[in-house]
Amino acid sequence: MKQGAKIYLDYAATTPIDKKVLKAMAPYFSEKYGNPTSIHSWGQEAQTAIDKAREQVAKFLNCKSSEIVFTGSASESDNFAIRGLLKALKRCKRAGEKIHIITSQIEHKAVLETCYDLEKENVKITYLPVGNDGIINLDDLKAEIIPETDLVSIMYVNNETGAIQPIQKIGRLLEEINKNKEHRIFFHTDAVQAANWLNCDVVEKLGVDLFTLSGHKIYGPKGIGVLYIRQGTPISSMITGGDQEWGLRAGTGNVAAIAGLGFALEQIKIQDTRYKIQTEKLRDKLVKGVLTKVSESQLNGPEKPKERAPHIANFSFRGVEGESLVISLDQEGIGASTGSACTSRALLPSHVLMAMGLSELQAHSSLRVSLGKYTTTREIDYFLKVLWTVVERLRKISGR
Amino acid sequence: MYNKKIIQHFTNPKFFGKIKNPDAVGNAGNPRCGDLLTLYLKVDNPPANKTKKITDIRFQTLGCASAIAASDMICELAKGKTLDKALKISFKDVSKSLGVLPPLKIHCAQLVTEALRDAIGKYKKLSG
Repeated sequence: MKQGAKIYLDYAATTPIDKKVLKAMAPYFSEKYGNPTSIHSWGQEAQTAIDKAREQVAKFLNCKSSEIVFTGSASESDNFAIRGLLKALKRCKRAGEKIHIITSQIEHKAVLETCYDLEKENVKITYLPVGNDGIINLDDLKAEIIPETDLVSIMYVNNETGAIQPIQKIGRLLEEINKNKEHRIFFHTDAVQAANWLNCDVVEKLGVDLFTLSGHKIYGPKGIGVLYIRQGTPISSMITGGDQEWGLRAGTGNVAAIAGLGFALEQIKIQDTRYKIQTEKLRDKLVKGVLTKVSESQLNGPEKPKERAPHIANFSFRGVEGESLVISLDQEGIGASTGSACTSRALLPSHVLMAMGLSELQAHSSLRVSLGKYTTTREIDYFLKVLWTVVERLRKISGR
Repeated sequence: MYNKKIIQHFTNPKFFGKIKNPDAVGNAGNPRCGDLLTLYLKVDNPPANKTKKITDIRFQTLGCASAIAASDMICELAKGKTLDKALKISFKDVSKSLGVLPPLKIHCAQLVTEALRDAIGKYKKLSG
């Protein structure tokens, strides 16, 4: 590696916009700038771009384009899925009838904190535990289902460990249960970290009712999210003030970002499977390298490579604290993170790693390395070299 | 997130390490917040009419960048001071000397003063 080279290993936090995606977005800033709801040709031009993107998303998810809603972020999509469903359900519930949600202890904060918030409104929430591998157990889920259960929200791939959750199996289980249940249990999954890698056929494969996607994790722009809402799912608007997005999400469409997200998803669809294999190889090299080079290091998350998304590896190092590790790596030109980007400024140990049974010190000593389509073998080699030096230095300072 | 001064003390701390046969050892921190620190003191043995001074001080800190920087800073501030003056070093002094810690990290300054007070307290108890 050249002196002063910068190596980005935080693709799970965000990805750069692919140049082709950027090109697809470019006309919608100052050339085709119409408001998509305007009826003149400027407006139609913008609306056409949104329609096209909606088709691209629908094709990616194997659903109808009328089931797609564009939002301002995946966090908004998660909020909308849960709060919007509850709002609609409440309207058809009898007085005193309970609402019950099942989610997991390892969800993204967009789901977790939404649930904490809803608890204040007397919604009953069950937070499923995970095993040491960071994966929920289907029997645990089964055991928690009660007649009042309205919603199950489980993420597709955990953003800190890369652990793949059994979404397809949950979908099938709920389908079975729903056959004999008085009212339906709806199923939401946040698939932000899965979109680049795993099957996202929402109807045939996964059997979900609500499905969250993000633009900036797939080489698309920030500030754009998707919520798939299966036809017939009760949902109420959380943002009112216009009839955009089927009247479910008011606000002038972010045309350029929507066009970029649609294009980015299309790129994934046509992407070579070699790319996935190549990333898995790099990840395996990274994991092997870290565990052999750095003494007293451990890999957090599922042991079986098949149970992990190809791009994320999470480690703990004895005698080192995560934040100082990230800052030291940054000083050497390497971008990685502790846990998730959203919690890296918080003082508490990662809720995901704690749920997996790690000690507080182990959780505080964690580092998440995430790979992307621009990651090279040389970058991993360089990272391994630097990591060893940095860990040794911090261990000398900690004396632990 | 951090200013140059904090980064400098984090990157090149002068006082990290252990003292062999220290006169006192102070601890602070807990695993929950992720910071654990130990301070080692060497205290001189002046004639009876003179006050005791900290002649050497070292730290070992498992923690974030600001915890390491604050540990280094409290050593810098305490070295050469009499025990009573060292006891008066406040977390604000530590924070100020580092060009002010970010609000989320102010507890790091509290932690290092705690460790110093713990060490001095133990020393005073031992030496009667």
